[in-house]
Amino acid sequence: MKIPGSTIFHICRISLLFVLLSGSAYATTTADHTKFKQLQVHFNSGPDVTRTCIKCHTEAAKQIHKTKHWTWEFLNPQNKQRLGKKNIVNNFCITPKSNFDHCATCHVGYGWRDDTFDFSSEVNVDCLVCHDTTGDYLKSGDNAGHPKSTVDLAYIAQNVGKTSRDTCGACHFYGGGGNGVKHGDMDDSLAVPDRDLDVHMDAVGPDFTCSTCHKSIEHDVAGSRYMPDAKHTDDYHVHRRDYDEENNAHCRACHGNKPHKKADKSRLNHHANKIACQTCHIPEMSRGGIPTRMTWDWSTAGQLNEDGEPIERKVDGNLVYSSKRGTITYAENINPEYIWFNGKVRYQLLTEKVRYNDDGYVLVNEFEGSPYDGESRIWPVKVFRGVQPYDPVNQTLVVPHTTGSDKASYWKNFDWQKAVAAGMKSAGLPFSGEVDFVKTQMSWLINHMVTPGEGAVGCNECHSKNGRLKDIDGIYIPGRDADKTLDAYGWLIASMTLVGVILHGIGRIISYYWSKRK
Amino acid sequence: MTKRAKKVMIFKRFERFWHWAQAALIMVLLFSGFEIHGSYRILGFEDAVTLHRAMAWSLVTLWVFAIFWHLTTGEWKQYIPTLKKVDAMVKYYLLGIFIRAPHPFRQTMLRKHNPLQRLAYLFMWVVISPIIWATGWAYLFYAQWADWGLDQYLKLEDVAFFHAVGAFMMLTFLIAHLYLITTGKTVWAHMRAMITGWEEIDPNAKES
Repeated sequence: MKIPGSTIFHICRISLLFVLLSGSAYATTTADHTKFKQLQVHFNSGPDVTRTCIKCHTEAAKQIHKTKHWTWEFLNPQNKQRLGKKNIVNNFCITPKSNFDHCATCHVGYGWRDDTFDFSSEVNVDCLVCHDTTGDYLKSGDNAGHPKSTVDLAYIAQNVGKTSRDTCGACHFYGGGGNGVKHGDMDDSLAVPDRDLDVHMDAVGPDFTCSTCHKSIEHDVAGSRYMPDAKHTDDYHVHRRDYDEENNAHCRACHGNKPHKKADKSRLNHHANKIACQTCHIPEMSRGGIPTRMTWDWSTAGQLNEDGEPIERKVDGNLVYSSKRGTITYAENINPEYIWFNGKVRYQLLTEKVRYNDDGYVLVNEFEGSPYDGESRIWPVKVFRGVQPYDPVNQTLVVPHTTGSDKASYWKNFDWQKAVAAGMKSAGLPFSGEVDFVKTQMSWLINHMVTPGEGAVGCNECHSKNGRLKDIDGIYIPGRDADKTLDAYGWLIASMTLVGVILHGIGRIISYYWSKRK
Repeated sequence: MTKRAKKVMIFKRFERFWHWAQAALIMVLLFSGFEIHGSYRILGFEDAVTLHRAMAWSLVTLWVFAIFWHLTTGEWKQYIPTLKKVDAMVKYYLLGIFIRAPHPFRQTMLRKHNPLQRLAYLFMWVVISPIIWATGWAYLFYAQWADWGLDQYLKLEDVAFFHAVGAFMMLTFLIAHLYLITTGKTVWAHMRAMITGWEEIDPNAKES
């Protein structure tokens, strides 16, 4: 069998990585958990393990309790919207409400099934899902965040350590229900990325983990999707070690405001007034070989085969139709869309009547921004478009109860009325009894898969007609914009001069031969 | 009695070097400039900008020497405008040239440009060049506007607009200038003079 060179290279990289990791794991810690007697026991459950962890790490669970990872809740101080995974709707799997058995697989806790979950319980905190170093800790897919019964919890507990791209990625790579589905800049290619895919996380280079940038303080991880830090702030250079408590997960925390040091690149620093770093340094979405979902049409769900059973259709291994979910499309290595964005995000809440944009889409989240507000910069976004159920009478988005095997579950019964009725009841929201579908749009900032400088978006891609920024208004971009009236007159005058001198020349030639003939 | 034609050194060595270097620079500047402007895509924006900047700085350097030369040699006086015989020049280009009438202007060392040329070049120096230079400098230092407090007075859009106005004027000038080269005693006479420095002066041409 012939093994391609790139595969051998990849194997070498991974092998080298393991050598580095095994060497460093013991070098950086003073506590070898395999030697702890308390962990050399049989654990019956996840909470059992946590009970032991918090005997020494007395504040850990209390700290977790205050974080979004635990509460799935965020109160936006700018517009007082109550957000967080617990409250918002998206246009992927729509909402965890009424589906917690399944969705809480990605909760840093054990046992969140419904409103009765005890958020003050310390033993319900799942330490292992973030601190596992073995890769063998797996949560069950539909048991409210409890680990699979096959997991050797003592082994996992004895091998805890710092968070890693793998532990964060276990949930964040798979947002939206699968590898790379949601974000467009996060998928499991970032587990062991090469330099080209991510210059910072390059596994044989700087080898950043997620927490290198998303540094946590008391278990609270920096960075927010609900209130991103989007503007350009002058004279603002916080080194990560001089921790900025608000939010440290941005480029300038390390790079400052004038990161382009070479003289011939200094002009690029000026671009940062108007353009986010990401706009040039993340040239495409889904660059790691794993496609991201671009559209999701729930309205086509429910088609069954002749035997009345649900079907699935895949293309290149990607689900393009399923009875449970509807029709899905994908893309990889695709340019993001670009928008003015000032960091303010407004969500379409379940309690609000739907608002449509000019194209007839309901904006599940609305990114505020304008070239004139002095706060916005141009950012790359993945715009995800879907069709999802809503209540045409109450004019609200709805909570469908999709998962589970009860008689209201959509994935079991394929009945939208029942599924939405159950979902809305569970969420305590009014439902008219009617279900229709509405086009929705959601934007995701593109922040990851940062290319090395040489791979950044070149000048020509925006400084041209029909370039990447062709729809960005409010700024003059040389090469894209030119005064049309000036051009019309300018070329007219120049060409008339040309025609004039040509005619004059012809006149001279004719008169020359005319005079010779005489 | 007809005298034989006499050769006179009209354009000195530096002047010729200056002229041709400037001609080349202006042509490359026009070519790269209109690409930056977005009129076509040949080099690509980035390379066009790099080239345009390099040529612009070269032209600045050349001008430092040229201004020095004009001042120290007194040659700047060649551009002092005169309306004397402008009508005769216009008439010549519109009519006389076709009927092989004698050129109304007699070139000498002290007056190497005909009245129309004087006006045209003066227009170049006092109108076209200032527009291009003022807007060009502003454009070059766009990144420093905020530091220098200029950002409240200048808009990139306007600077680019007037720079392009200057460029169109320069292009038009260039087209006319290139054609007028051929209007000497023979088609190549002016060109030869600009290359060798020697112009054939017709001693029989009367000066009125």
